[in-house]
Amino acid sequence: MAAHLSYGRVNLNILREAARKELREFLDKCAGSKAIVWDEYLTGPFGLIAQYSLLKEHEVEKMFTLKGGRVPPADVKNIIFFVRPRLELMDIIAENVMSEDKLQPPREFHILFVPRRSLLCEQRLKEQGVLNSFTNIDEYILDLIPYDGDLLSMESESAFRECYLENDQTSLYHTAKGLMTLQALYGTIPQIFGKGECARHVANMMLRMKREFAGSQNQILPVFDTLLLLDRNVDLLTPLATQLTYEGLIDEIYGITNGYVKLPPEKFAQKKPGEGGKDLPTEPKKLQLNSAEELYAEIRDKNFNAVGAALSKKAKIISAAFEERHNAKTVGEIKQFVSQLPHMQAARNSLANHTSIAELIKDITSEFSSFSLLSLSHFLNYFCQVLPFSSRVTSEVFFDNLTVEQEFMTGVDTDKVNTYIEDCISRKDPLIKILRLVCMQSVCNNGLKQKVLDHYKREILQTYGYEHILTLNNLEKVGLLKPQTTTRNNYPTIRKTLKLWMEDANEQNPNDISYVYSGYAPLSVRLTQLLARPGWRSIEEVLKMLPGPHFEERQQLPTGLHKKRQQGENRTTLVFFLGGVTYAEIAALRFLSQMEDGGTEYVIATTKLINGTSWIKSLMDRPEAQIS
Amino acid sequence: MAFVTANWNPLGEAFYRKIELYEMGWNLKDGLRECLVAAAPYGGPIALLKEPQRRSPSVRPQLEIYSSSGVAMASFPWKSGVVKQLGWTVCDDLLCIQEDGTVLIYDLFGNFKRHFSMGNEVGQSQVVEAKVFHSPYGTGVAIVTGASRFTLATNIDDLKLRRLPEVPGLQGAPTCWAVLTQDRQSKVLVATGADLFILDYTSPPGLSPQATSIVHMCVSFSYKYLALFTDSGHLWMGTANLKEKLSEVETKVRNPPKQMAWCRRPKSQQPSVVIMWDGHILVAGECKNTISYHLEGVSILVPELDGVRIINGTHHELLQEVPASCEEIFKIASMAPGALLLEAHKEYEAASFGKCFLSNFPPEPFVSMCRDLRVLNAVRDYTVGIPLTHTQFKQMTVQVLIDRLVYRKLYPLAIEICRYLKTPEYQGVSRVLKHWACCKVQQKEEADEVIARAISLKLGEAAGISYSEIATKAYECGRTELAIKLLEFEPRSGEQVPLLLKMKRSQLALSKAIESGDTDLVYTVVTYLKNEMNRGDFFMTLRNQPVALSLYRQFCKHQEQDTLKDLFNQDDDHQELGNFYVKASYKEKAQIGHLQSAVDEYNKAKNEFAAKATEEEMRLLRFQKKLEEEKGESLVGFSLHDTIRTLLAVGLHKHAEQLYKDFRVPDKRYWWLKLTALAEKEDWEEIEKFAKSKKSPIGYLPFVEICVKHHNKYEAKKYVSRVTPEQKVKAHLAVGDLEGAADAAIERRNDGEISTVLSRCSPSTDRALVERLNRAKATAAKK
Repeated sequence: MAAHLSYGRVNLNILREAARKELREFLDKCAGSKAIVWDEYLTGPFGLIAQYSLLKEHEVEKMFTLKGGRVPPADVKNIIFFVRPRLELMDIIAENVMSEDKLQPPREFHILFVPRRSLLCEQRLKEQGVLNSFTNIDEYILDLIPYDGDLLSMESESAFRECYLENDQTSLYHTAKGLMTLQALYGTIPQIFGKGECARHVANMMLRMKREFAGSQNQILPVFDTLLLLDRNVDLLTPLATQLTYEGLIDEIYGITNGYVKLPPEKFAQKKPGEGGKDLPTEPKKLQLNSAEELYAEIRDKNFNAVGAALSKKAKIISAAFEERHNAKTVGEIKQFVSQLPHMQAARNSLANHTSIAELIKDITSEFSSFSLLSLSHFLNYFCQVLPFSSRVTSEVFFDNLTVEQEFMTGVDTDKVNTYIEDCISRKDPLIKILRLVCMQSVCNNGLKQKVLDHYKREILQTYGYEHILTLNNLEKVGLLKPQTTTRNNYPTIRKTLKLWMEDANEQNPNDISYVYSGYAPLSVRLTQLLARPGWRSIEEVLKMLPGPHFEERQQLPTGLHKKRQQGENRTTLVFFLGGVTYAEIAALRFLSQMEDGGTEYVIATTKLINGTSWIKSLMDRPEAQIS
Repeated sequence: MAFVTANWNPLGEAFYRKIELYEMGWNLKDGLRECLVAAAPYGGPIALLKEPQRRSPSVRPQLEIYSSSGVAMASFPWKSGVVKQLGWTVCDDLLCIQEDGTVLIYDLFGNFKRHFSMGNEVGQSQVVEAKVFHSPYGTGVAIVTGASRFTLATNIDDLKLRRLPEVPGLQGAPTCWAVLTQDRQSKVLVATGADLFILDYTSPPGLSPQATSIVHMCVSFSYKYLALFTDSGHLWMGTANLKEKLSEVETKVRNPPKQMAWCRRPKSQQPSVVIMWDGHILVAGECKNTISYHLEGVSILVPELDGVRIINGTHHELLQEVPASCEEIFKIASMAPGALLLEAHKEYEAASFGKCFLSNFPPEPFVSMCRDLRVLNAVRDYTVGIPLTHTQFKQMTVQVLIDRLVYRKLYPLAIEICRYLKTPEYQGVSRVLKHWACCKVQQKEEADEVIARAISLKLGEAAGISYSEIATKAYECGRTELAIKLLEFEPRSGEQVPLLLKMKRSQLALSKAIESGDTDLVYTVVTYLKNEMNRGDFFMTLRNQPVALSLYRQFCKHQEQDTLKDLFNQDDDHQELGNFYVKASYKEKAQIGHLQSAVDEYNKAKNEFAAKATEEEMRLLRFQKKLEEEKGESLVGFSLHDTIRTLLAVGLHKHAEQLYKDFRVPDKRYWWLKLTALAEKEDWEEIEKFAKSKKSPIGYLPFVEICVKHHNKYEAKKYVSRVTPEQKVKAHLAVGDLEGAADAAIERRNDGEISTVLSRCSPSTDRALVERLNRAKATAAKK
């Protein structure tokens, strides 16, 4: 069921199984039939751990969404609330419990806090006078959720905002706890590196927690050699840039949530001969995206400009495989062919799906695909068909946007008001797009001149409304927008030292991580790469320019657990992005893992999978009046 | 060794033996006469209360506690009410059940712990008889009152009293009764005459007809079997559910026995019952034979898992069925491997020597058995006095044995055993040390400093030590200073917090909570502080703890907006106050007022931009309100951009113009805005006027494109000629004029543009054009 989790260097299925076991144990504690009342936010992450079938096996008969009033009638013995420890949710639960129908046979109430129980919440339930109504109050420690064979996420949407804007380090505590759980299952990680204030804080908590459990020594042979903790605010630039890998673009355009994407249905209509285009589906097409799908695993991390070639190659292979049937003469050969059919059909469906997705993306990005600032010119004719006018416009927008991004990243005119941004504001393009660009310019210029900054801000306030003064204030607080304080802009130094811009990025057969942004090599991944070889000592100067301390810690292993590395055996590094990671960064790390002479394989963990849009959105402040 | 079998008595298929455990260390004048005695199972302690009925205040009865070997552990005069029954809990605490239904709990050393009552209704009728029983749910107490009512508590640590239904026809105390645990429930089994009551009226199958009354009964250790003794001298044995009869033995004794106990080891073929009268006991099994032993002085029977202990004034003995392994080894003429090894041992003085000849025999059982035996011998030692059989030891587990040693304050022995059995430190040595420390903190005569040092020296970094538990104990004994000293050794800062709060060291608790990183804990302390302190002090405290302050702000943001304002005020955080008022202005009615406050705060924060922007917002708001009143256009809530657009859309051009000027909207943006608004209205005339009004700051391509967007190519074409040369190709293409586009591209000799036009040509219809373009491309390429 979750085989894709066990393919990687580290078998993450162990973690998933541990989580499932704990869930089963809790469910069995509440004997008899049950209904689960869900904090809606949790259903996505839970889907990665357990499907409905598991719940059903443990007598879960009904599921509801948590909302005020009375829990809908259900003939069950137990009502279990699955909730995050939030005060506002406690009030709803209290309301649910108090309005329970006294005439019906009594139902037992339970609470399962995810990921941790909270004294504060229990206090609130007590104040509301319902604390004693609960038979079980328990916690389900779901910190790190296995997302794919080499990817763990805490799916904590607001982590960046809480840590960097609100100075609320709750998610860092959960991170440290999650890393302790991980170490309990995969052995103590002997080396910890980090960069940034939050990284420091997490490492401190981990070391403290280890001391607290002194004596109960972990006897598991370490799977990870190194842990690298990276603050998102060390690299504010990368998420602002438009991701240009296949998976990254899907996320940029349609948004991937908990491993699923919803796509416009038109391209997926099954056209059967004779039916015409009568019944076009109206429901969005929902697809699960992970490495369990062979083709997707192959193309997800490619630059979008290399996807077409990969798809057509795959198409040839599949049709060749289907052609094999003509060669099958004997009964044995036919049998052999038939036995492969299901696999081939799955492959063909997968190909059809991804061709449709690629077409959808191409409609939006085609200018990027056919022509770009730095001769991104090897685009396939396959995608160069004449497009209808409307999508031509969207594709122009995409291309212009990309051009400006690349100008900023290469340091072109970052100190002046940018006309393209002005035009976008004049056209009242989506605010988040504007904010992404302005922030990017600010980051690439190490702050904007006061005059430039004020001009942008004024334009934004006049166009989108004065309430966004709060959002702008937030962006300034986290450092995405800032006035230039010194005349010295150190971004060019960082760019040059870390080789963040590669003129000759090869999208088809990449030889450097910069292919994921068609030229820009993500800073975070560069830091990771340099840590493995030749080490951070070589870039001390640049590290000092980036915010927060950098550090190294060692955790003592019990004797006998020191790994003896085989010749040619790779090291395994866990890279933890505090505050979010993008799919393109993941792609870049996977690329490093696969490099023949790389010597290091990476497993990636994060508080949340983000892209520029979702990230900026999480930092926006909308006064309540604006929501309704 | 030859005499090992000398005290074996056959009973049916099995043998029984009675072996001496101890010659008792106590010196009792009258033996156990006129004593209430309670001996805990598993070789537990013995409690004696002499002449319990004595009520005179001048001569009080003495309560004494001894180990199984008769070593005194405690002795004190009983000053409370009349005790009806003594009993031990599973944790070696002594229960003293008084006539009035009060139950007093003492520890092993006679220290009073607590008391509880078996119900108010007992008072009048008084407790006639009481029993202490053990079950998987803990230690229970059952009483029967003079009014023949039974009350039962299954677990004294989670006291829930159950009054049992009345027994029909029962007057006064029943002849005999017992407590059963069946189907996860504790029940009382009562005999009146020859009838037994559980909940339903029932009678045991096949009880001898001569019997007219059941005079004594007992339930086996496991609650599986029941034995009844009748006035006709018959002993009935059967299952406790009364479904099955095992056997019935005629004892020929008609006196009611003083005590009865099941004597049965697990897995044994035949259960048996030991019946005690004054001066002798009888072992009766399934067969008709019995074994009889003579008794010296007053004795009591202590039922065990696999036998019965017999205690009298001077001796302590164990009566049991001879275990199968002993039988194999010692039975005369036995040829079992064990017997042969014994012979080898006699010859060569080394039993383990023979082990070498056994192939395929894993050594672990031998080694672990030797270890177990050594531990058993150590605890059976006279000074310790816990006589355990191997079966009992396995049933009670090492953990519990260690606990018992700890209760007896035999810390060094407990540690030795943990180390010897290689118990993980966390469950073994550390746990013992913790108990030791908890005991140590109660030594009032020693100074805090000395005790703290002694504890930290001994405990050091031992795994899993909870210093906070020790500190809690110290605090309970009223030694706050010592508790604080001990807490400093606690590595888990989170653990320190609850106690610190209890001790009112809230500041310290706050910093410890912050140190732990657990924000929930910080919140908890903050909530506590908020209730404890006055507001000023509370804010001051937070001010010194930025982490707590930010968390509290978060809390206030969602729960207490007003407090949030006070917090900012206190910190003179004018920027945040400004933001606060801006937020408020969107939620509440008095918008202008809030915004004015925001302006003031932003000014104080020297945030000129924000102040100006907010002033602008107020201006806009006033304008919108005024216009709403005048023209009835709904505008409030719109941005400046949308306001102007709406004005243009409804034809209020003058007002739009006014805003454009008043708010110094950049020309470019205003042109875009006006163009879009007019195009949406499809007001082509006005657009044309606009285009001619002055030179467009945004060029004329937007004019072309917006017309095309609204499907008016005719209008679009009007502006193509005015587009700059660089954008000409785009403009021609937008209106679908391939020819024009081609001309422009060729004129500009731009390769890229030529290609773009080419890509729009279809080879079939535009052949001439394609040729021209290709030719131009070739020339362009040459240059």
